[in-house]
Amino acid sequence: MGGLDIRVPIGLMFLVKGLLLAIYGLMTPPETYVRSLGVNINLIWGAVLIVFSVVMLFLGRKGFKLAP
Amino acid sequence: MNLHPIDWLIMLVYFVFVLGIGFVLKRFTKTSKDFFEAGKSIPAWVAGLAFISANLGAQEVIGMAASGAKYGIATSHFYWVGAIPAMIFVGLFMMPFYYGSRARSVPEYLRLRFDEKTRALNAITFALMTVCSSGVSMYAMAKLIEALKLFDQPFEALGIDKSHIFLVSILLSAVIVLGYIFLGGLTSAIYNEVLQFFLIVAGFFPLVWLGLQSLGGWEGLKERMVALGNQEMVHTWKGMSSADTNSLGVEWFGMVMGLGFVLSFGYWCTDFLVVQRAMAADSMTSARKTPLIAAVPKMLFPFLVIMPGLIAVAITPVATGAPDQTAAISQAGGAPQVGIIPNKLNPSTGQLEPDYDMVIPTLLLYFFPAGMLGLGLTALLASFMSGMAGNVTAFNTVWTYDIYQAYLKKEASDEHYLWVGRMATVWGIGLSMVAAYLALQFNNIMEVLQLVFAFVNAPLFATFLLGMIWKRATGNGAFAGLVSGTLAAFFHHCLTLPAGAVPGIKGGLLGVLHTYPNPMAQTFYTAIAAWTTCFVVTILVSLVTKPRPDEELKGLVYSLTERPAEGHLAFYQKPAFLAVLVGIGVILLNLVFY
Repeated sequence: MGGLDIRVPIGLMFLVKGLLLAIYGLMTPPETYVRSLGVNINLIWGAVLIVFSVVMLFLGRKGFKLAP
Repeated sequence: MNLHPIDWLIMLVYFVFVLGIGFVLKRFTKTSKDFFEAGKSIPAWVAGLAFISANLGAQEVIGMAASGAKYGIATSHFYWVGAIPAMIFVGLFMMPFYYGSRARSVPEYLRLRFDEKTRALNAITFALMTVCSSGVSMYAMAKLIEALKLFDQPFEALGIDKSHIFLVSILLSAVIVLGYIFLGGLTSAIYNEVLQFFLIVAGFFPLVWLGLQSLGGWEGLKERMVALGNQEMVHTWKGMSSADTNSLGVEWFGMVMGLGFVLSFGYWCTDFLVVQRAMAADSMTSARKTPLIAAVPKMLFPFLVIMPGLIAVAITPVATGAPDQTAAISQAGGAPQVGIIPNKLNPSTGQLEPDYDMVIPTLLLYFFPAGMLGLGLTALLASFMSGMAGNVTAFNTVWTYDIYQAYLKKEASDEHYLWVGRMATVWGIGLSMVAAYLALQFNNIMEVLQLVFAFVNAPLFATFLLGMIWKRATGNGAFAGLVSGTLAAFFHHCLTLPAGAVPGIKGGLLGVLHTYPNPMAQTFYTAIAAWTTCFVVTILVSLVTKPRPDEELKGLVYSLTERPAEGHLAFYQKPAFLAVLVGIGVILLNLVFY
């Protein structure tokens, strides 16, 4: 067994989710965030997920080899 | 509930990746060892996170948040007393037997150590239990989707009758879990469990952060609890000297022995659902480290799954002018009686009462805007699916190795057993769907089944403990101990009753010799009765029956097994070092939240 480093799909998934959240956070007005204490939680957490995904992809960079 | 397209998109991304992992791993799944044991190739950190994630099912996330709202931070006993000590024990002392023996499953260990009938009893009850547990997860997920009105909007748009939402929810979860396990077997389940672990942290961490910020941090939460008259809800040990002076309603001895020893060690040390993850590790050292690595997030999880319960109790609903969807998920309407927790109608009293199971969904709706709401809901759905998948992979392994290969077709090709495992995944999920529908049709049937499984599981750890430390323990002793322990649990339950309950499923069917302050205390003492009976009967019967010769027990009993070779490891790489760190961590947490 082997060939797929788990950090690759984790990194890719959180990169996509982080980008979606951050872009949506940039597109929405401040009043969207009244309930989340005025914090643009989409933008902030999207950025956190992007950083996390970059770290994961770096750690699993040898896992892009998908051949059995 | 009206979800924004961004929420649907974020949920869709998760499902695409889950199935994608299954498709990628299919090409690596060529033998039955690949399918059932992940080729014994999983690194310790991956196995550790899967070990914890397989246990992170619906009951954990929804149930622990509900308990947090009902009992407060004392619910952490289920982690700091009811999990960590057992996880240290299984890592240091039991994994050498599971991993070092030739066993491919926990029931197979029982055959090697004891005999065929002990294995059969464990394998059959375990297989039934996993199917029912998976069905309960499916049922709970479908009911939650119904309660959240998650599919109402798309169903209306497509012109589909909303009465089909339950069926569609079950089918959807079944197809996704079936897809990735059928393709990639245990490796796929483990990889997805790790994915789900990170997703659950990513979805709930900002929720707790926002909740605590809104209350002025932990100190603000404590002050608010005192103001509400719930000061006992911010302590774990204070008041544990008596059942009357703490929120759990159980005194320290019942909690430590019933939960911390019998139930906890019985689950973490003998349940193949979690042990299977450690048995898939790539070396003996990795296998021993697996539960210890898992113990680190496990001891911190109360802050993610119990803290929301306290936050939901402490928050005062405020009008912000922002859209509020929390009222939309209330089952019974009316202003919340406790914090922001919606009401439900108690069918037996006709009174409104807090619907504690809705704590997490309510907080998600209260704090998260569109976008983050999609992430939070994905985390919630991921927890249901990881619980389901864990049960299905344990089921297909036990069915194939311990029932089919043992009793139906002993000598067949490896390809045949791989095919049997894949088919077991299909009909295991089919049976789970039947169980989910039974739970829907007959309200109490799952409660009865869970009770029966609790009777069967309670004595298990006594059998394993004696089997591993006492070479004189015999197969006849183990079998008699398990049966008598199960009967002891049955009679204890049927002769006792929690205060305020009527005789029936809650106990007292054969009379009431003792009344416990609440169902939790009754459960803990039922487990103690079962374990003690099994322990004593196993010893007595073993002393009058013939033991197996020493040469057959090498690698299965402590005194006849070589210690794992760790001379080549630096001190900080040894499992014992990690165990000490985990032990210190959990002691500190108990002291800080005393």
